[in-house]
Amino acid sequence: MYQKSPEIGKGVDWLLIWLYATLVAIGLLCIFSVEYRNGDGVLQSFLGFKKNYSKQLFYFGACIILASFILLTDSKLFTATANLSYLIGIALILATFVVGKEIKGSKSWIPLGFMNLQPVELCKIFTALALAKFLSMTETNFTRPAAQLVAAAISFTPAALSILQGETGLALVYFSFLIPMYREGLPPGYLIVGAAMAVLLVASLLLSTKTLLIAFSALGVLALFINKKQIRRNNGLLLMIIGCWAFCILFVGVIVPFTFKHVFKKYQADRIFSMVGVDNPFAGKNTGELVNTADEKAKQKKNDQQNYNVKQSKIAIGSGGLAGKGFLKGTQTQGDFVPEQHTDFIFTSVGENFGFWGSTLLMLIYLGLILRIVTIAERQRSTFSRVYAYSVASIFFFHVAVNISVTIGLAPVIGITLPLLSYGGSSLLTFTILLFILVRLDADRQMVLR
Amino acid sequence: MSVFNQSRQNVIRLTFAVMFVVIIARLFSLQVISSKYKIMADDQGKFRKVVYPDRGIVYDRHNNVLLQNTTIYDLMLAPNKLKGVDTLAMCRILDIDTAQFNKRVVELIIKNGRTRPSVFEPLLSDSKMAMLNEVMYKFAPAFYLQERSVRSYPYDAAANVLGYTAEVDTNFLKKHKDEGYVSGDYAGMTGIERSYEKVLMGVRGIEYWKRDNKNRLTEKLENGKFDTAAIAGQNMHTSIDIELQELGEKLMQNKLGSIVALDPRTGGILAMVSAPTYKPKFLSGSERRKHFSELFLNPALPLLNRTVGATYSPGSTFKTLQALIGLHEGVINTHFKVACSGAFYGCGTGKPKCLDKGVFDLRGAITVSDNTYFATVMQKVINNPKYPTIDSSLSNWDRYMYAFGLGHRLGVDVPAEKKGFIPTADYFNSPKRYGEGRWNYCNFVSVSIGQGEVNVTPLQVANEMAYIANKGWYKTPHVVDSIEGGDKFNMLAAFKEQHNAIDIPDSVFEAVHDGMEGVVERGTGLGAKVEGISICGKTGTVENYIGLVKQPNHAFFCGFAPRDNPKIAIMCVVENSGKFGGTYAAPIVGLMIEKYLKDSITGTARLAQVEQLSNLNLIPARIYAAIKTQDSLRHLKDSAYMVAKGYLKGIKDTMELEQDDESDLLDKIKKDADSTTKKELPKKDSNNNLPGMNTDAVLPNEKRKTEPKDTVKN
Repeated sequence: MYQKSPEIGKGVDWLLIWLYATLVAIGLLCIFSVEYRNGDGVLQSFLGFKKNYSKQLFYFGACIILASFILLTDSKLFTATANLSYLIGIALILATFVVGKEIKGSKSWIPLGFMNLQPVELCKIFTALALAKFLSMTETNFTRPAAQLVAAAISFTPAALSILQGETGLALVYFSFLIPMYREGLPPGYLIVGAAMAVLLVASLLLSTKTLLIAFSALGVLALFINKKQIRRNNGLLLMIIGCWAFCILFVGVIVPFTFKHVFKKYQADRIFSMVGVDNPFAGKNTGELVNTADEKAKQKKNDQQNYNVKQSKIAIGSGGLAGKGFLKGTQTQGDFVPEQHTDFIFTSVGENFGFWGSTLLMLIYLGLILRIVTIAERQRSTFSRVYAYSVASIFFFHVAVNISVTIGLAPVIGITLPLLSYGGSSLLTFTILLFILVRLDADRQMVLR
Repeated sequence: MSVFNQSRQNVIRLTFAVMFVVIIARLFSLQVISSKYKIMADDQGKFRKVVYPDRGIVYDRHNNVLLQNTTIYDLMLAPNKLKGVDTLAMCRILDIDTAQFNKRVVELIIKNGRTRPSVFEPLLSDSKMAMLNEVMYKFAPAFYLQERSVRSYPYDAAANVLGYTAEVDTNFLKKHKDEGYVSGDYAGMTGIERSYEKVLMGVRGIEYWKRDNKNRLTEKLENGKFDTAAIAGQNMHTSIDIELQELGEKLMQNKLGSIVALDPRTGGILAMVSAPTYKPKFLSGSERRKHFSELFLNPALPLLNRTVGATYSPGSTFKTLQALIGLHEGVINTHFKVACSGAFYGCGTGKPKCLDKGVFDLRGAITVSDNTYFATVMQKVINNPKYPTIDSSLSNWDRYMYAFGLGHRLGVDVPAEKKGFIPTADYFNSPKRYGEGRWNYCNFVSVSIGQGEVNVTPLQVANEMAYIANKGWYKTPHVVDSIEGGDKFNMLAAFKEQHNAIDIPDSVFEAVHDGMEGVVERGTGLGAKVEGISICGKTGTVENYIGLVKQPNHAFFCGFAPRDNPKIAIMCVVENSGKFGGTYAAPIVGLMIEKYLKDSITGTARLAQVEQLSNLNLIPARIYAAIKTQDSLRHLKDSAYMVAKGYLKGIKDTMELEQDDESDLLDKIKKDADSTTKKELPKKDSNNNLPGMNTDAVLPNEKRKTEPKDTVKN
């Protein structure tokens, strides 16, 4: 051990660590700008553990200590304990069903006294490790559907449990494991079909059936017109286009309404619709079920609240203009107009205070971080490290892309944090661990890990 | 094994990059292209707070403060902090019950929301304030006190001249659309508070504040970088002599009527008494709620400024003017004599009668106020062969009247001035009156002695005295002499101008002065006599009717003093006092002149006379009758009840200014006599009562019994 300690910095990717530190620092400034009011004592507040920015600072301190420990460990530890940690993670998620605490409508938290832990959040790390472990096993042949199924099971089990707890936002994050799988040889057809189905589903929820039927028919005619020469030579293409068209029509016109009317319970249907931000058009047609008006009202209220959040978020970001209003000069963030502005909507303070230039710079830092991770992934000799690195990059990407899209109204409200910027110990801790395990693995990239 | 999929890394990189480009593009459209969010952000995040400057201070001619500002407090409430507050104690202090308290809280929440503080009780009275001050800490932070500046009046006088401020109503806002008023603002409603509103209000300041999501103001935007400071209203110096004003109001206690005193050399108004009046503080601050509707409904009309807003037939005071016209037209000279055997028989009707039988020359006729003499003089003026038609001779007579300041608004800086009425040829030519060519001097002979188809305001009479005192010119009467910091709105220039439309030689005035001096020395106005001062005066006893019912006479007295180098021109009218002008009005004028010229009233006899006159009650019985009727109607003290019952058509706070143009009358008088154009204006004016006030019950439109078309309802 005495030989190891001076080597803590050896092989470590300092660029990645600087990017990490920069983002956490920006996060602290943002939380500060949201909470600080003229006349607050800055130093006392920062050390007082009363304000959020102060707490975040302490969390950051804890993260540095934890990161140092991770850098001091042997990277073999992660391959060795990957499956075990995964099982522990699953166990923790299951434990929330028993001892869970409900925060903001999802019973996915375990109270630890000094902080609340969200196992689904933490389980991202374990899932990434377990997936890497599975894909790097010599006996795994990922071209076979059986292996693909196992990989999918590893990835989506925590997500499924999470949905059962009412935490849909984080569950969606687990879709990002599709990217490392793709990199490792998952046929792109799966992704394309999956993406097309997702688009179809969302479109059938958002738009009226009539509009969609017309749109599909138009698209079908267009496809026939474009490919008319090929069709003359190949009748199979014609059949395929007609088949696709028929499926779309069937899906939109029959399957979706049938499923929402007869398969799902009303509250389930409502939840799905509220996820895409529209009212359930099949509500009230469920003759068998009594409409719980109180529940209905609560849902409605939540929906209004979400619309309000997005509107206020857009106002704050939009009013920033090209150069922003200046640090601590944002009228919207200082006036508490945006709810959750220190957690999920932390980007509003960047948008308002630093404007388009500041927002773009932040986005470039994030992109830099993610692309750096991809580069790191590609230089690994071991499949384990590469899969893990891709998982980290994908999780970061998913979080950033979805979170920012929500704040600027590109996506329906999905409650996930902005990595390293949002206030919250659980989130900061998770991303720190994710990243520093990667740094540790990368430092040992000459080793082939199994 | 992963070598096969090496190329996929670029697909992944590209996917990541594309997503970020999409986000940045969206940010660009949101932040740079669209301006809608900036506007929305300013709307909700910034607050433009208007800072009200102090209104200007008003001084009298000796630099006594007549009108200034004082601080009063509004009781504010933030409803969300109400929990745990001893509301019962607050109810007891405010003298309301808990039901009312709760109702008010609910109203405030509906109006302004839970967190934003609103006015719970505006303009706390001194007694409530005293009670609250000691225990206020118990009610904090839900309740707190907020300062507000209101007008205060150091003297209990000159209410009608100074006027009051009040919250602007929708009507006002409509009229002053672009002047930056918003509902809730205070503006001058009457008196010089109204006419000099622009000067007194000052320039408002603007502060920009940050506002939070609960609509609370948090702090100044950028530490007040964009704020503009409020500039206080300009102070004004008036020509009022407050002691003289106070004496005048004292003398006019328990009477209806007016006193107007002018400095003839400048046109500055020394005193402007309208009786009955009110304590000006009654309409300021917390007192206003208590007193406004009571004053408004009072049948004696204390809110009406009678000096400019009431018109009367001038009575015998008119004779001095007839003398001027007669002499200047050359139809008589100072030695022209008329014998009075008891009446004027020039028209064969034996009207008007005269009281002192005998033969009088001009001076004597003025001194004893001989009706026959002036009926004869005017007959000579109207039937002067120099003018081809009666239309042209009457038009010539009108020209004099206009030059004397009658028949048109003088342009005084006190609002709601009436123009009075001088008959014109067109008026008589109107088919509704006599019709063209179907009238002659005998139809309006009573005008010669100031009765019948002639109406003047008290201010016009005082001004006419200034005109005679100055021997042929006057300056527009005005209250405000100068404005500190300059006359930015050019409001005072008109008062510097000297009006002398017709050049009448001094010798003519000397004769009239002689006669007027005689009035006080040995004639009808002995009561006005002051030891050591040569006063020129003229009495008037004005017959008046409500409908066809004869009312007690109005007592008039007007004059100026001293005869040489006159310093004060004054008139007094006591409505329906009965008896003669010399009985009540003359001694009042005498005392006023003594006060002004000698600075104080000396001698026990004179002081006793002040007390005796001020205690004298000359309010006519009909006013008491009206009050009694009103009281019996007013079961509830609530004026809303009266409105609901239809006794009152809604309370209007502001008296409307007459806006119609008088230039056509001006044209008319300048026009040659044989003009054939018909104008409706004078006719309309003759039936014109005080608009906006139901005055017919109190201020009779004086009509002659002989007039056939008398339709004034009461």
